[in-house]
Formats: sequence, structure tokens, C-alpha cells
Amino acid sequence: MTLLYFAWVRERIGLDAEEIALPADVQTVAALLDWLRGRGGGYARALEDLSVIRVAVNQEFARPDHAVADDDEIALFPPVTGGARP
Amino acid sequence: MIRVQREDFDIGAEIEALTGGDREIGAVASFVGITRADAGDGPPITAMTLEHYPAMTERQLAEIEAEACRRWDLTASLIVHRHGRLEPGERIVLVVTAASHRRAALDACAFLIDWLKTKAPFWKREETDAGTRWVAARAADDRAAERWQGEP
Repeated sequence: MTLLYFAWVRERIGLDAEEIALPADVQTVAALLDWLRGRGGGYARALEDLSVIRVAVNQEFARPDHAVADDDEIALFPPVTGGARP
Repeated sequence: MIRVQREDFDIGAEIEALTGGDREIGAVASFVGITRADAGDGPPITAMTLEHYPAMTERQLAEIEAEACRRWDLTASLIVHRHGRLEPGERIVLVVTAASHRRAALDACAFLIDWLKTKAPFWKREETDAGTRWVAARAADDRAAERWQGEP
């Protein structure tokens, strides 16, 4: 599985991308976030408040119950802030 | 049509390229977003950097544009979004919509910019004399996008 990190999620984890082997019992977005947070360090700091974490599975926004598979590209990032500044 | 680029854009040239010679078009609406120095409660912004997720950006922007074309009778549309470091006064985003009549062009243009701000995967980091910070999403932007749920 390819994991991508953006904005302050990237800064806290200290990586912009990594390849991982998905554990068999991690089958949803929510389980993946729990598993990543369990790695501690920057992962725990980046994922301490899941209300400000958004997830895309294969470039589409995904909810916590969305299924994940080993060949997915999964991105973690804060809520988007595009366009002109309001 | 969607473009994400580091360079500035020429508004007149973009509108001309999109609409020139099409005799069905009776109305063109455009929105240009510009970097502001005003930070509200904090020190003035000296620059901002826009980070984005290229594969998802193209996909989300294409979906947003297809949705606008389903809702309104548009002849042509264009979104140009910049990334990288921008200083106050620089253009960030251009939305152009063209239709036979003004209402479709104006409404579709407003719809596209409201959706861009809540759905397109861009993140802003502001620089001030006091340091840098990531911009937090605004509830007001979500409300502006929700305005379009169930319309027209």
C-alpha cells in the first residue's frame, strides 16, 4: 500500500510518502488510522485529533468505514484550504 | 478544462482562448482569487505557499466541473489553479464560465469557486514576520458550499 501525507500531517510524520505491507486485520480507513497512530512518535502527534484528518482512497474522499486494500493509494491530510483566502 | 500550474495566468488571454469565435456564447462570467496580506487577527501575510495532491486535484476538479455542466447549460468552462509560493497581490485561481445567457454563467461560476474551496486538495501555509502557519479550514467555506446542496 502507498501512503501519502500532505501539509502539517506530512511535517509531523516527517515523510511525504511510504510503502507499507498492510496487516491482515486492518480492513478499513478507521482501522488504518488506529494502526498508524499505534506506531507512536510523529504518527501519534499527526493523528492525535482525527476530527482534523481527511482521508482519500485512490484519490477519492473516503469515510472511516471505507474498505482499504493492499494495492490502494491512501492519502492523509488536513481539511482543504484552497481558492483565494476568504 | 482544468489546469494546475505554478506560473501566473493572463485573464484576457484565457477568456479569449476559451470563448473566442463561439457564436453561441452570450455571457462570460469570471472569478479571480488574489492573495491578500490581511490576516485578520494576526500580523500581515508576507507570502503563502500552496501545497497540493496532483492526482487527486485533477480528479476532483474534473468532477466539480462535470457537476457544473450537469446543473447549468454551459458552453465552456475553465479552472486554473496555481500552486507554490505566492505573495500578496498575486493571482491564485481563475474560474471562467460561458453560456448563452448570463444567469447560467454567473451561477455556475459562483458554484465552482465555492466547491473549489471545500473539495479541491490544496493546503495553504502562510508566512508572516512572526513565523509560518498552516491555514485552518473555515466553517464559512463549508456553509458556502452547502448552499448549493439540492439546487438549482
